Amino acid sequence: MESSANLLLLLVILLNFFILGSSRLAACIRTAALQGSMLAFVPLLMHPISGHTLFLAGSALALKGFFMPWLLFRAIRQVQIRREIEPMIGYVPTLILGTMATAGAFIFGDHLPLIEAHRGTLVIPCGLATLATGFLMLITRRKALTQALGYLIFENGVFIFGLLLTEAMPVMVEAGILLDLLVAIFVLGIVVNQINREFSSMNVENLSSLRE
Amino acid sequence: MTTLLVLIPLLFAAAAYVLPSDRWRPWFLPVGGFVHLGLVLKMLAEDAPLPVGAWVGIDPLGRLILIVVSVLYCCCAVYGLGYLRFRLKWGNRVFVPCLLLFLSAMSLAAEARHLGLLWVAVEATTLASAPLIYYNRNRLSIEATWKYLLLCSVGIALAMLGILFVAYSGLPKEHISLQLDDLLAAAAHFSRPWLRAGFVFLLVGFGTKAGFAPLHTWKPDAYGEAPGMVGALLAGGLTSIAFMALMRVMQVMAAAGEAEVARQAFVAMGSLSLFFAAVFVIKQPDFKRLLAYSSVEHMGILAIGIGIGGVATFGAMLHMVNNALTKGVLFLAAGNIHRRFDSKRRGEVAGAITVLPLSASLFIAGFLAVTGSPPFGVFISEFTILRGVFSAGHFTLGGYFLVMLSVIFVGMGSTVLAVTLGPPSERANKVDYQETLLTTGPPLVMLLLVLVLGLYLPEPVRKLVLDAAGLVEVIR
Repeated sequence: MESSANLLLLLVILLNFFILGSSRLAACIRTAALQGSMLAFVPLLMHPISGHTLFLAGSALALKGFFMPWLLFRAIRQVQIRREIEPMIGYVPTLILGTMATAGAFIFGDHLPLIEAHRGTLVIPCGLATLATGFLMLITRRKALTQALGYLIFENGVFIFGLLLTEAMPVMVEAGILLDLLVAIFVLGIVVNQINREFSSMNVENLSSLRE
Repeated sequence: MTTLLVLIPLLFAAAAYVLPSDRWRPWFLPVGGFVHLGLVLKMLAEDAPLPVGAWVGIDPLGRLILIVVSVLYCCCAVYGLGYLRFRLKWGNRVFVPCLLLFLSAMSLAAEARHLGLLWVAVEATTLASAPLIYYNRNRLSIEATWKYLLLCSVGIALAMLGILFVAYSGLPKEHISLQLDDLLAAAAHFSRPWLRAGFVFLLVGFGTKAGFAPLHTWKPDAYGEAPGMVGALLAGGLTSIAFMALMRVMQVMAAAGEAEVARQAFVAMGSLSLFFAAVFVIKQPDFKRLLAYSSVEHMGILAIGIGIGGVATFGAMLHMVNNALTKGVLFLAAGNIHRRFDSKRRGEVAGAITVLPLSASLFIAGFLAVTGSPPFGVFISEFTILRGVFSAGHFTLGGYFLVMLSVIFVGMGSTVLAVTLGPPSERANKVDYQETLLTTGPPLVMLLLVLVLGLYLPEPVRKLVLDAAGLVEVIR
């Protein structure tokens, strides 16, 4: 069980690289959806199956795998864009940064003392690497929508950490967190639309009149 | 009682959304606000014991935050009647319900005794306030909204990570609880590396919402582009809530015996915030952005107060109250001036005192109060913090603090005086807007409150502040 969970987590890391290197928005959203759905299965592999883990897996699959990607797809249909324009840092340098961050995540993960039951799991490095991927997307991309996608990946990273604590966390809190995340993506989607209407493009570069 | 404080604004929000009339909808704001204030006062009078182990409950810190937020909200709500009447054409079907949702989320955050619930409530305040910043519906306000949403959401995601780390530091155990009482009881056995890493994430996360430098970049944009009353609620309410969340973290750190690490981090953050505020206040031509940097400054002062501890913690709690009320005065007055001149730039706005005598006087008085001039309350609280700093032997920090405060005084003063005094600029009659009792009364009330807090600290208030400070500090 442990090894199959680790295998999924390794795949999640691979998907991080795919998202960092791809310029087609639809492919990015699909990859994020795939990543979210894969993550939804990890709690089932890591913990004994119970009502709680089933709820978590089910709602994560529905939200991260289907609903949020659907919202983002709807947004790109409405604003008619296909590709990320040249990002602030090119794709290859971003990929190199991503690789370095992933390596760093593995090194840093070694320094945090895990309890006996969690030895040998890839949760910590994978979570940190996914956080770094989301962060890179947030700071290097110019389209508002890709930034929203970056936020989604970032949240996936936090979710991976949460996996260690699934048994300990009350369902109510998890439900609240997922709900807040959903609303956040929803509001971001609305704002993306407004940006598009106001500037007839979604480039965040337009959003640069407010500065000192 | 605790549920009513959250539920009532929520119900009012729903009712406001359903009501079709833009003319009557704003009335939900003061009615909801005053019912909320009434409930808070009743709760203060009853002084019910705190249920141990419950997810919601009102402890001394929550009490202090609730009363501050409620008073500020009521003033803004009355002001909102006047403001929304002037902006009748823009509609308020989203604005009014979101304001009430914002109040509801802030109340929930103040009551939360569970870190997970606290997180949910703080994130809800971000989401409820985003549409408020976008009220002006132009390019600048959408830019501000986007930055605010993205930065605060990422910040709050980091805070979630911090909470997970803190929870993990309690393993291995059958059941980890994020309930505050349980956390405080178990904190002594937490794993140090996890707890410290968690603290850093929480400090950065909630610190982004509070607006410590260098995480403050959303502040000038959001405060600058949002309507004045929203700026008042963000600068007085939202930042106080974020500060309270940090105090919860501080409680856990203190219980774990790691208070020293947390203190140093707070002092470092606070000193940096003062520096950033001082640099950006000088030659700041935009008087609303000026207020944003003043907010960064005061968050820095709060952080230094907490970081020094002892009597400075008492000063910091009192300062939070004073800061919230003074920011209310400044933003509401600035909103009036902005509306009349249709500009918020120094040079384009001048001589406001001739056309808007009351608002301009309030703006000057608010400026004097916020920079710590006697006899206003801010003077007393800053003085208390400084006394703490010097009596703890941090002479360099104390000197630095004083220098930064004087730089900020001069920087703010030059813009505030240029905007208010002198002959009126040609834009003075650009918009036919007259100040009314509704738009000048509320800031005046808040100014009087700050004045009273400076002249004489009533015993119940003193006890409230002392109890709140006692949660993170033993005051000798």
